[in-house]
Amino acid sequence: MEIVLSAAIGTLAASGIWLLLRPRTFQVIVGLCLLSYAVNLFIFVMGRITLGAPPIMPRGGFINPAAYADPLPQALVLTAIVISFATTALFLVVLIASRGLTGTDHVDGQEREP
Amino acid sequence: MIEENLLLILVGLPFAAAVAASTVRATAHGAAAWVSGILLTTGLAILALLRAPISDGQVIRGTLRWVPSLGLNLTFRMDGFVWMFVTLVFAIGILVLIYARYYLSKADPVPRFYAFLLAFTGAMTGVLTSGNILMLVVFWELTSILSFLLIGYWHQGQAARDGARMSLIVTGLGGLCLLVAMLLMGQIVGSYDLDRVLAAGDLVRVDPLYPLVLGLFLLGCFTKSAQMPFHFWLPGAMAAPTPVSAFLHSATMVKAGVFLLVRFSPVLGQTELWFFAVTGTGMLTLVLGSVIALFRHDLKGLLAYSTISHLGLITALAGIGSNGAILAAMFHIVNHAVFKASLFMAAGIIDHETGTRDMRRLSGLIRFMPVTGALAIVASAAMAGVPLLNGFISKEMFFAETADWHNGTWLDNSLPYLATIAGIFAVAYSLRFIATVFFGPEATDLPKVPHEPPSLMRRPVELLVLVCLIVGVLPGLTLGPTLNLAARSVLGADLPYKDIAIWHGLNLPLAMSLVALGAGVALYALLGRRIADGPEGPPLLHRLRAQRVFEKLLLLLTWKLPRIVHRTIGTERLQPQLRLIVLLSIAAGLATLWGSLRLAPVPLATDLNPAFALMWAVGAACAVGAAWLAKYHRFASVVLLGGAGAVTCLTFAWASAPDLAVTQLLVEIVTTVLLLLGLRWLPKRREEIAEDKLLPARMRRIRDVVIAVAAGSGLAGIAYVMMTWPLIPNVGDWFLRNAYSEGGGTNVVNVILVDFRAFDTFGEITVLAIVGVTVFALLRRFRPMPESIMLDEEQTGLDDRTLADALLVPSLLMRWMFPVMIMLAAYLFFRGHDLPGGGFAAGVTVSIAFLLQYLAHDVRWIEARLTVLPIRWMGVGLLVAGATGLGAFLFGYPFLTMHARYVDIPLIGQVPAATALIFDAGVFSLVVGATVLMLIAIAHQSLRTTRMRERDSGTAPGKEAA
Repeated sequence: MEIVLSAAIGTLAASGIWLLLRPRTFQVIVGLCLLSYAVNLFIFVMGRITLGAPPIMPRGGFINPAAYADPLPQALVLTAIVISFATTALFLVVLIASRGLTGTDHVDGQEREP
Repeated sequence: MIEENLLLILVGLPFAAAVAASTVRATAHGAAAWVSGILLTTGLAILALLRAPISDGQVIRGTLRWVPSLGLNLTFRMDGFVWMFVTLVFAIGILVLIYARYYLSKADPVPRFYAFLLAFTGAMTGVLTSGNILMLVVFWELTSILSFLLIGYWHQGQAARDGARMSLIVTGLGGLCLLVAMLLMGQIVGSYDLDRVLAAGDLVRVDPLYPLVLGLFLLGCFTKSAQMPFHFWLPGAMAAPTPVSAFLHSATMVKAGVFLLVRFSPVLGQTELWFFAVTGTGMLTLVLGSVIALFRHDLKGLLAYSTISHLGLITALAGIGSNGAILAAMFHIVNHAVFKASLFMAAGIIDHETGTRDMRRLSGLIRFMPVTGALAIVASAAMAGVPLLNGFISKEMFFAETADWHNGTWLDNSLPYLATIAGIFAVAYSLRFIATVFFGPEATDLPKVPHEPPSLMRRPVELLVLVCLIVGVLPGLTLGPTLNLAARSVLGADLPYKDIAIWHGLNLPLAMSLVALGAGVALYALLGRRIADGPEGPPLLHRLRAQRVFEKLLLLLTWKLPRIVHRTIGTERLQPQLRLIVLLSIAAGLATLWGSLRLAPVPLATDLNPAFALMWAVGAACAVGAAWLAKYHRFASVVLLGGAGAVTCLTFAWASAPDLAVTQLLVEIVTTVLLLLGLRWLPKRREEIAEDKLLPARMRRIRDVVIAVAAGSGLAGIAYVMMTWPLIPNVGDWFLRNAYSEGGGTNVVNVILVDFRAFDTFGEITVLAIVGVTVFALLRRFRPMPESIMLDEEQTGLDDRTLADALLVPSLLMRWMFPVMIMLAAYLFFRGHDLPGGGFAAGVTVSIAFLLQYLAHDVRWIEARLTVLPIRWMGVGLLVAGATGLGAFLFGYPFLTMHARYVDIPLIGQVPAATALIFDAGVFSLVVGATVLMLIAIAHQSLRTTRMRERDSGTAPGKEAA
């Protein structure tokens, strides 16, 4: 599992970064989305892969932490998902406004000079 | 105790007065002057009360506890030297206030002037009384800033702005040097307390850093006291109103530099380096300053260079550093302040009454203003060092020090000659000032007909000139005790009392004075005519203007160099910047992990499930496909992006993170819809862009692929190594153990978010609210491209009825789904504390429910039936969350402390009732508000185009929606 998941993170990140370096605003937004998947997964797996043991406790009594998935990366990623959603929305609106203002969807607001 | 409080009041008084003066109406000239005057007089009264304990040799200390937990206190101290200086500042300050009352015109915003002047007095008092060397630097910089504001008081004039800027840059940079010097000195001594630093001279002088400390310290002092080569800001500062020139730029602020030199001479002085640096600079400034002063045509310019020269004299004395020299330096500080302030005021009166300060135009004024003339003559005689006036005595003491004190160096041997030369020029320029302005034929081409000023405007000058006379005749009786007190507080309490007398018999200093007087008169008699015809400044030297050099340097540093740097390595284009960021990140990763990243001895391994591998094969293909198609096939790209997101979501579910899976799924839906809404506003791209086929574009893409693959494989490597290392016990275990007992919930992730780390969540929802409002604000001003307003090709040609029925069945289904989704949201919300779900997931669900209605129907149809007020949802959410946090204060707990318990409700049974639930309700409400606000704002853009189309076609229906 580990090897598959790390390869997946790598692929997502590579696709995201490639798009980040493209000249069109839409490409950059899709790139940021892909990159945020990669980063979220990366943070998430810092708690290692645990199968079938979500961090949901019985009520009361002794608890063996080793029997559950690490809740901390999950809480962090939950926050990260929300924030990346907010930034995506903001970028999208900047994209729309910039297209309206400049008439082009190039990231610099003007087409590349030949 | 009383003295201590009086000292603190004294320090606070000018600032209080500044605030009081600034609140007076802009036209109430009298009121501002009265307020300021009364408060400064109170200050003088306090100083009089403090005189008795100071005379006993006491050092008064006052401490204000500022941040006691960090050991930061504001310490103020006052000894004899400080007392003398503060009294001088307050006394001259009052006279300047009276003078300014008549000097400034009715049109000037006078309260601002008084406020600045008083705040400056406060800052100056702070410099003088600081008991901590860092605090001293803070007040020091404050005087620079206030000087800047005062020079620029008549900011309409270019000269005032330039002068102000120059003085701020020069003295401000000097202040920074001083700060570093003080920090180093504090490190060497081990304390920033002034008393301990003053007592640690032996420690500082042998330290290897001593030359550096001394250099930086002197830079600070020399810039402030306008020593060559940093003198050029002072003539520029003469663009200030004359009261400011009299107060700051001759009597007090510029003396702060020499104050510090004298104060720290026991610490840093007594070395050869100190002598050469300080006395050398002082003598250079003294001689050159007096030479240049003689050749200036502007009255205030002459006085400015004379001030520079006199400051050089005091600096030279501080450099000599013998007991007599220090005493003479203090004496000359006072004397120079008195006669120079009166001369500046007289120059101001002349300017005010005649309309010009050019000495080539002024002439014969003694007939029009005999009283002012007489006063100015006495004051300039004091400046020249004529016997029976105060300037004579301190200059005589200076001559005595240069002649009698020896350390055998070449500089020491040349001191008497240099001093005499400077004395000759001082006599000559004083004589020129008097002779050209007041004597000779009556001036005919003056802008105004001169006459005597209002008597109250003259009063301060009269008083100061009287002081010149009295001190000049009876120095031992008037200033003697104070000066000895001041000298003792610097040099040690066992200093023998030195009697200050006029007559010491026929000796070398007297001979030097007489030579200077005689030669000075002769020099002026010889040169007088030619100076008036010459350029502004001495022959040869006038071409070399430090001011111009400074301006060229400033231009180079702030304009030319940055532009060159910007042209060569800067870019306004986003792509190179992002590329640089990615490359730097890769480099940072490589630099920190190179060699230290290795596999665990016993790697963790989870059995590979083929389904998982297959799922990610699809996921990876989706990601690469989304990247590949994002340019020419945006819709397909969005679909593939959704695929990658879905696989991510499944991974969360697979690896024991149900909360993440739920949230990711919901967010995925909203993001996809947002992107789909945004697609409409992008330009069509059906044809290949021609350039894309060219070699440079291909090369760029290949380079970026290399970068991306490098970054991706690096990240994969790190992830693999991290994942296979056994997990060390961490704070997550604590959360697991205590989630139920402390947070009252069994879903640990949710408990962390709404209880343990609720403050983070609070910050996060605030960010969400800000983004929502920003999106809304940006889109309000947005104007779509004309081409986007057109109907799509698929839509044109169809009649309205076909359009309305386009999604008939789905839209009916979506309408029915609305209550179901609200129910689902409620379910997610209430189970959140114990099972996967929570306020955020519920909020997104509700917004999806709204969104579906917008998708299914016309915007106008839905808004006629359903009113959503997203801003209110957001506001209420933020308030509820904040109020829950504040509620904890009522029970004496810190912000956002949650309480959890279970309550029995009939029929339903045991229900968790944590205050965290209320907080989560706030999160829920805010998420609904922000998400819906963004979606509606974007969705409304299509409404705008509909309206525009209706208006263009001229068939606008009367109804104007939303």
